[in-house]
Amino acid sequence: MFSSSVIITFLQRAVIQGIPLLYGSTGEILTEKSGNLNLGIPGIMYMGGIGGVIGAFLYENSLASKADANAFLAICIPLFSTILFSFLAGLLYCFLTVTLRANQNVTGLALTTFGVGFGNFFGASLVKLTKAEVPSVALTTTSAFFTKKLPFAANLGWFGKIFLSYGFLAYAAIVIAIVVAIFLTKTRGGLHLRAVGENPATADAAGINVNRSKYLATCIGSVIAGLGGLYYVMDYANGVWSNEGFGDRGWLAIALVIFAVWRPNFAIPGSIVFGGLYIIYLFIPGVSLRSQELFKMLPYVVTIIVLIMVSIRKKKENQPPASLGLSYFREDR
Amino acid sequence: MSKPYALELKGITKVFGSIVANKDVDMSVKRGEILAILGENGSGKTTLMNMVSGIYFPDEGKIFVDGKEVVIRSPKDAFDYKIGMIHQHFKLVDVFTATENIVLGINDGEKFNIKEAQKKVKEITDRYGFQIDLNKKIYEMSVSEKQTVEIIKVLYRGADILILDEPTAVLTPQETQKLFVVLRNMRADNKTVVIITHKLHEVLAISDRVSIMRKGKYIDTVITAEATEQSLTEAMVGEKVSLNIERKEPENLQERLVIKDLSVTAHDGKQLLKDVCFTAYGGEILGIAGISGSGQKELLESVAGLQRADKGASIIYFDPEGNEVQLVGKTPKAIRNLGIALSFVPEDRLGMGLVGNMDIIDNMMLRSYKKGKTEFLDRKQPRALAEEIIESLEVVTPSATTPVRRLSGGNVQKVLVGREISLNPRVLMVAYPVRGLDINSSYMIYNLISKQKDQGVSIIFVGEDLDVLIELCDRIMVINSGEITGIVDGKSAKKEELGLLMTKSTHEIEGDEEVAEDAK
Repeated sequence: MFSSSVIITFLQRAVIQGIPLLYGSTGEILTEKSGNLNLGIPGIMYMGGIGGVIGAFLYENSLASKADANAFLAICIPLFSTILFSFLAGLLYCFLTVTLRANQNVTGLALTTFGVGFGNFFGASLVKLTKAEVPSVALTTTSAFFTKKLPFAANLGWFGKIFLSYGFLAYAAIVIAIVVAIFLTKTRGGLHLRAVGENPATADAAGINVNRSKYLATCIGSVIAGLGGLYYVMDYANGVWSNEGFGDRGWLAIALVIFAVWRPNFAIPGSIVFGGLYIIYLFIPGVSLRSQELFKMLPYVVTIIVLIMVSIRKKKENQPPASLGLSYFREDR
Repeated sequence: MSKPYALELKGITKVFGSIVANKDVDMSVKRGEILAILGENGSGKTTLMNMVSGIYFPDEGKIFVDGKEVVIRSPKDAFDYKIGMIHQHFKLVDVFTATENIVLGINDGEKFNIKEAQKKVKEITDRYGFQIDLNKKIYEMSVSEKQTVEIIKVLYRGADILILDEPTAVLTPQETQKLFVVLRNMRADNKTVVIITHKLHEVLAISDRVSIMRKGKYIDTVITAEATEQSLTEAMVGEKVSLNIERKEPENLQERLVIKDLSVTAHDGKQLLKDVCFTAYGGEILGIAGISGSGQKELLESVAGLQRADKGASIIYFDPEGNEVQLVGKTPKAIRNLGIALSFVPEDRLGMGLVGNMDIIDNMMLRSYKKGKTEFLDRKQPRALAEEIIESLEVVTPSATTPVRRLSGGNVQKVLVGREISLNPRVLMVAYPVRGLDINSSYMIYNLISKQKDQGVSIIFVGEDLDVLIELCDRIMVINSGEITGIVDGKSAKKEELGLLMTKSTHEIEGDEEVAEDAK
């Protein structure tokens, strides 16, 4: 029914769709392991995306001619502005929930609303500045550096297409996920962080600085999630930003955290499964515009099934961190 | 004085909001000594020790370690002065193994290697004779094992001064003996042990000296060998108290509840209750002893209709006319509507029994609002009831309209027990009704329950203090992992016997019986 070339294309597209989710869920897993349920991830990814766009826009406008573009600067400036934006968003979240002990759910949802509004505001402003006829900003010059593939990928047939045909940020996502997984399970720092998320009073009594751990994990987690936004706009969308184009990927990333039972290494294949489910309607012949949306639900349906399975098995290790969503105050009695 | 104290406190004061938890407390303990800190619940023992272990910071006062003044701002500082505290609520991470919990928070600059760490832990367990599987996850452990992990954790950090907060509260008599052996080993090893407790016989059994606290103030320190149970109680309470429960012989017993083959299976297939059979009589107190979480809650909830029993179970209730009523399958509301008053003091006072943000009157109405005839609330009767309870049980509260959450634990408990008793039940089920109460209030509650018994109420009393169970109950039923392992007479029961029934697996007991029969 499907030719092999269709399957190869499908797998490749699934990976491309999955990478932003992988970034988002790796960042969220790190954050949640500290006991912070950051529902601001969709907003933070959005802010990360617009951050990259602003950086790239400023860089491209500073060039006399597009041929002058320097690979190092073209990558570093958007990267830096993405990191800055998402870091600040994470810091804001921490300040509200850790220092001021505001409700995490409310803060997170507010941050998502804020992040999307923030992105749309700057997105629309940039569109106005470029005086473009379509409601989008195209930053193809900078994007070219992000989408650059390995030179020999094209010569390796299906292998090259499935494994080597991505921009460097895609590989970075997988490396980061593996590094975070190793950090969480094999290092002292990871043990301490997990203790903070499971039982902050215990961690505190053991001499671990709970607030510092929460700040660090949440801010680094936000930066990782923000990179997902950068990947989306610079690689996936070829440098074209249009408002609301990011869609519900942020929520998918949070669903992926549950799907991967809080393990970044599981999130790697999980992100590809989610990516595949997200676009499967394109590969099934005869799907009308209306029933597309039903197919787009699939990742969420799968998440619900995983949730049901996990709660039936009740294995303690597969549960969310015990103090997830709760703020910690030492002298609370 | 030739040798400085290992730990000395001078003029410690700590205030939480408007509550003075500690006022001008002095205390001292030597090396190679076991000091007991004795005081009622809420007398500030734990707060005081939390300041030594770095959880709280004193508002005033000085702490000396080996004669040198120290400032302890965090648990980490406390470790630096080799002070370790074993908290009443264990500070352990459930999903970690014993070893992971033990090494948690330690940064010795060496490469992180859990296997190497485990070897070091093993050395400690061998030296003091602890028996524990270091690879076991905490959530699979018994309370006693968890406590062992806590003690090893403190020793692993090289603590010389160990503070134990109510260490025996959750242990069986046998486990307590084991703990005391370990503590004596530590004293022999020239370590300093401070044990916080409100149990007098333990103070007398283990400590060298006793410091007594009352309402946040330091009262006195006495040498244990020169003290008696009565003298300590008086120092602790501040007045003469009679530690007697009036236990009358039960009269004209009538079958009130007959429970047969009651089993409860949890969603994950775990058997919470297994083939429970017993009879409760009107006019007697049936005590239930067991390690917490052995199925006491499920048992009471099954009777109250809050827990679904497995097929084949039967709970027969005899109403005043002597008619049999099957309770299995009825909803809690139906059980009440049938005129069967089952009163239940849940284990968690504020969790299930009372609403913290509502005042005493409104909490009274939680039980009676259905009696109202109009859509509007009538607060007259509940107000009268609330005021009656406040007066008769000496509840300390600014007024009947104070939110329950603002009362102290003991007073919350009084409100709850008072409300349940005011319903004039025919079966009264109470679980841990004196948890968190001071001695005087505890005895007030015991005598209240005793009085109910005299009026012919059938009482099922889940308790944790075996001494009290033996004093109060006519019969004591022991539950162990959801199975009844024995019913003994309250007057002739021995603590050791109960302890054995609480821990032994039923198969062992059955085995013993077979052996005994063979011997015949």
